[in-house]
Amino acid sequence: MLKDITLGQYFPGTTPAHRLDPRTKLILVVLYIIALFAAESFVSYGLMALTLCLCVAVSKVPPKSLIKGLKPVLFILIFTALLNVFYTPGRILWQWWIFRVTIEGIFTAFFMALRISLLIMGTFLMTYTTSPIMLTDGMESLMNPLKKLHVPVHELAMMMSIALRFIPTLIEETDKIMSAQKARGADFETGSLLQRAKAMVPLLVPLFISAFRRADELAVAMECRCYHGGEGRTKLKVLRYRGIDYTAFSLGALILAGVIVLARFGL
Amino acid sequence: MEPIIQVENLTHTYGAGTPFQRSAIAGVSFQLQQGEFLGVIGHTGSGKSTLIQHLNGLLKPTAGRVLFHGRDIWADPKRIREVRFRVGLVFQYPEYQLFEETAAKDIAFGPKNMGLDDTEIQRRVEEAASFAGLSPDLLDKSPFDLSGGQKRRVAIAGVIAMRPEVLILDEPSAGLDPAGRSELLQNIRDYHARTGGTVVLVSHSMDEIAENVQRILVLSRSGVVMSGTPHEVFSRAEELEAVGLSVPQITKVAMELRRRGVDIDPAVYTVEDLRRSLLALRGGGAGA
Repeated sequence: MLKDITLGQYFPGTTPAHRLDPRTKLILVVLYIIALFAAESFVSYGLMALTLCLCVAVSKVPPKSLIKGLKPVLFILIFTALLNVFYTPGRILWQWWIFRVTIEGIFTAFFMALRISLLIMGTFLMTYTTSPIMLTDGMESLMNPLKKLHVPVHELAMMMSIALRFIPTLIEETDKIMSAQKARGADFETGSLLQRAKAMVPLLVPLFISAFRRADELAVAMECRCYHGGEGRTKLKVLRYRGIDYTAFSLGALILAGVIVLARFGL
Repeated sequence: MEPIIQVENLTHTYGAGTPFQRSAIAGVSFQLQQGEFLGVIGHTGSGKSTLIQHLNGLLKPTAGRVLFHGRDIWADPKRIREVRFRVGLVFQYPEYQLFEETAAKDIAFGPKNMGLDDTEIQRRVEEAASFAGLSPDLLDKSPFDLSGGQKRRVAIAGVIAMRPEVLILDEPSAGLDPAGRSELLQNIRDYHARTGGTVVLVSHSMDEIAENVQRILVLSRSGVVMSGTPHEVFSRAEELEAVGLSVPQITKVAMELRRRGVDIDPAVYTVEDLRRSLLALRGGGAGA
């Protein structure tokens, strides 16, 4: 069922990974991605993988659901790996027609696949341990300096939290409409591509209508409560860095520095 | 006689293996007889909707079996679609599933999926519309131009048009005004009387259940707590209240009368019954 998809799902908890300030987690994820792209060797990739494993262990998120998150990008992962295997110049290991496998290619492919997997799992770990509201709060706060450049930061954050808030609602709605049409014999699973696309009509029409209806209702409800944008609006939960955040920052910076130093020594 | 649907030890767990895991129903067993009008009642979250979605194979049991004409409906997963045509399910707020350009086309969606020919579909659309209390002039309108009550009738007709052997309705009258509500329930009663089909009515309104059904199944905390004729069920008023349900208003009046010393059966559940028993009392009194 659709309800079972894990993409970006939040696992509530009280572990140190959950208690970190969302801004800390956002920055650390960015640092982690930078470090991933700086890494060039088994040692530094090992360090990156170890970091992720430790974070997962601390967060108590079931590793199974993190790996499940890789499923949607499996195709891209294999595709990039194959491209790298065949199109990296170097010592030729095996050749047939235009396909050439090189030793360098195999290494690059492996590292590329590992890099993408770690990147995705690292990002997912953040969304698994941070509620969507905290996440948008953190982003709004981090983007605050852009307000001076007349970027509508609050509006963007509001749009994002509304979008995130309605994903589960829409999924539930899709499930319901799907069941209702299935009860009348609709078949979403079999048939040719064209038949399946046609079978989506009884699902999409009611879904769009209800999405528009919900948007309208939400707008009215917000206006009834005198919503007029971010000006002078206070927060229920004010974000504050605490000791745990500084510790996390220090560890993150240390790992990044370590990877860069390793790269300099060609490791 | 063999029951048309037999539920054996049915259990369903949502989100197994995630932190949100919970049992919606656990160990439910009951039988549905051919031609019966069954009421399923329970407070919000008692598993009513989960239970009925098992009867036509929309949900697969975590444990237990659902037998339709004595055959496990999941014995051959390829034939589950056929079960859905024979056990018609009308969801809560079914008007949100409408999608076609005209009401008639929407009602024809089910029969079309069954692979019937055009004349048969036409016949069934007209028949179903009349059962659902839709006037023929509405059939050519867009479903989105109809009123809320009319939309719901279109959706119900869409299921009746498949001529299911069992018709299940989940809260068919929710959100309608009192007149629309009693009209719709009258339509359902007429449908049951005229076709002799099996009907299951799910509701959390005791009054609605009391006035319509022949047998009641009471669900609470994901299991069946009571089952029997309305008279049997409503005579156990204290137990009903203990699980967060109440008896019909008329039964409350009768219970209060009895408490104040009027000698009547407290388990009456329609206005007509109470009137009759009060008149009998007066008649008896006058005769003495």
